[in-house]
Amino acid sequence: MKVEQISIFLENKSGRLTEVTGILAENGINIRALSLADTADFGILRIITNDTEKAKKVLKDNGFTVGKNEVVAIEVPDRPGGLSGILRALAGQDINVEYMYAFVQKSGENAIIIFRFDEIEKAISTLQKAGVRILRGEEVHSL
Amino acid sequence: MIWNEEFETLPREALEALQLKRLKRLIEREYNLVLPYHKKMEKAGVTPDDIKSLDDIKRLPFTTKDDLRDNYPFGMFTVPLEDVVRIHASSGTTGKPTVVGYTKKDIDTWAELMARTLACGGSTRGDVVHNAYGYGLFTGGLGAHYGAEKLGATVIPMSGGNTKKQIMIMQDFGSTVLLCTPSYALNIAEVIRETNVDRSKLKLRVGHFGAEPWSENMREEIEKKLNISALDIYGLSEVIGPGVASECIEKKKGLHIFEDHFIAEIIDPDTGEVLPHGEKGELVFTTITKEAFPVIRYRTKDITQLIDEPCVCGRTFYRMKRVSGRTDDMMIIRGVNVFPSQIEHVLMSLEEVEPHYQLIITREGALDVMEVQVEVNENIFSDEVKQLETLSKRVEREIKDLLGISCKVKLVEPKTIQRSEGKARRVIDKRKI
Repeated sequence: MKVEQISIFLENKSGRLTEVTGILAENGINIRALSLADTADFGILRIITNDTEKAKKVLKDNGFTVGKNEVVAIEVPDRPGGLSGILRALAGQDINVEYMYAFVQKSGENAIIIFRFDEIEKAISTLQKAGVRILRGEEVHSL
Repeated sequence: MIWNEEFETLPREALEALQLKRLKRLIEREYNLVLPYHKKMEKAGVTPDDIKSLDDIKRLPFTTKDDLRDNYPFGMFTVPLEDVVRIHASSGTTGKPTVVGYTKKDIDTWAELMARTLACGGSTRGDVVHNAYGYGLFTGGLGAHYGAEKLGATVIPMSGGNTKKQIMIMQDFGSTVLLCTPSYALNIAEVIRETNVDRSKLKLRVGHFGAEPWSENMREEIEKKLNISALDIYGLSEVIGPGVASECIEKKKGLHIFEDHFIAEIIDPDTGEVLPHGEKGELVFTTITKEAFPVIRYRTKDITQLIDEPCVCGRTFYRMKRVSGRTDDMMIIRGVNVFPSQIEHVLMSLEEVEPHYQLIITREGALDVMEVQVEVNENIFSDEVKQLETLSKRVEREIKDLLGISCKVKLVEPKTIQRSEGKARRVIDKRKI
């Protein structure tokens, strides 16, 4: 039910993103989804790839600080109110969304959104009870 | 103007005889009353009887900041605490400060020395002394204050900060003498310019600036911008505080060391050998009149040289040149002593693993700015922005709590900080002083 995501610490200076994507390309790693959070001084790049362990290793070998954590990929109906319904179910259970970003690809007629929760297990069971479809890790990594 | 004509112009021979008499008495007392000194002298195989000439001072062991730390807080005091009327402290290399104490007589001696310092700038009881040195554990504020009162001048105990108010008071109260750090003097000058204060409304005539390193360029700038004479003063809490040495307004070249109270030596910092006059080395002080907390051959870690030529002002004391550097990694930021080890201490408390860090010191306008760059390793990294921002803020707050100065923490990528021979360079000081 969970998807592995890696995050990379980047200083705000030109060429850093190019460097990361270049290393991944050289090693034949495909980026499935990506988000970049930035502040005045630094950025955090979060990516989901087809090979988490390899991506983590090659980036670390190149001197980057890399973290790994678990996120949840959720199918969201591609219509007005689709996301709203899901968030309401979570808010009712006091679950915080730390951040989220959309997947480029669709799953059939539905959009896919990646969520980072403060309480991941509780979030998953809440969503399942609400009938929301959660994508399995393998599904996401090989989309 | 000379405050104490008798002592400040003693012929060298008489001065040295006085120094020897006072040194003998000091060594006798410390040997008998202060255990750490007794042990050090015993180890060095020297007793008070060995001090027969001033030259014999060489035989005495040095005192360092480590000795003070090992005997924290009052272990090196020569008198019982009930005879101590004042405590001051400066920042130590780690969490604990360096503590110094004064008897009633020490306070009088100190006031005399600061009165002499102010007289070096031509001040008299008719002056209005604007004291913007910090009041508190730091020796600057109260040390200068008592000296100005001893002189009979009118003292305004301003302390630092709130520059606009300082300028208002300078105008309204007619301040003639300014006491602060040289960088703060420049800051005051800038605010005067920015707020279009009419310089002719200020009566400032002279400033005594110290507590941090500065240069001839800064002197010119301060003198031009504030239209005053800017004099360099020297002191450190372990020796007494401000009032150890002062430039005279007649010459403005080298600081007269008040040698009837202190014996100064210049040593090779590596071998400990005493160097001849005129050679550059580490400044070492022995306090020969203090009661509560005298020091024997205290290593200041300041680099300078002694000038033994007579001075036009008539004082017979030797002069020391402007301090040109340090033998250790201590920095002075906005008048506060900062050691990289103190920052390290804060960072170590974050994680088991010590992160690589570097301190970048710059000067924006007249103010020192310290940036602490911390390499983000896996132990402190998080995929959430707020976690990293909380971390930076926590370090900033802890440094502020420890040192009393604000800094900016910047998180940087691993290996950003240059390593030389595998060891990171801890401080990059970009200030042009």
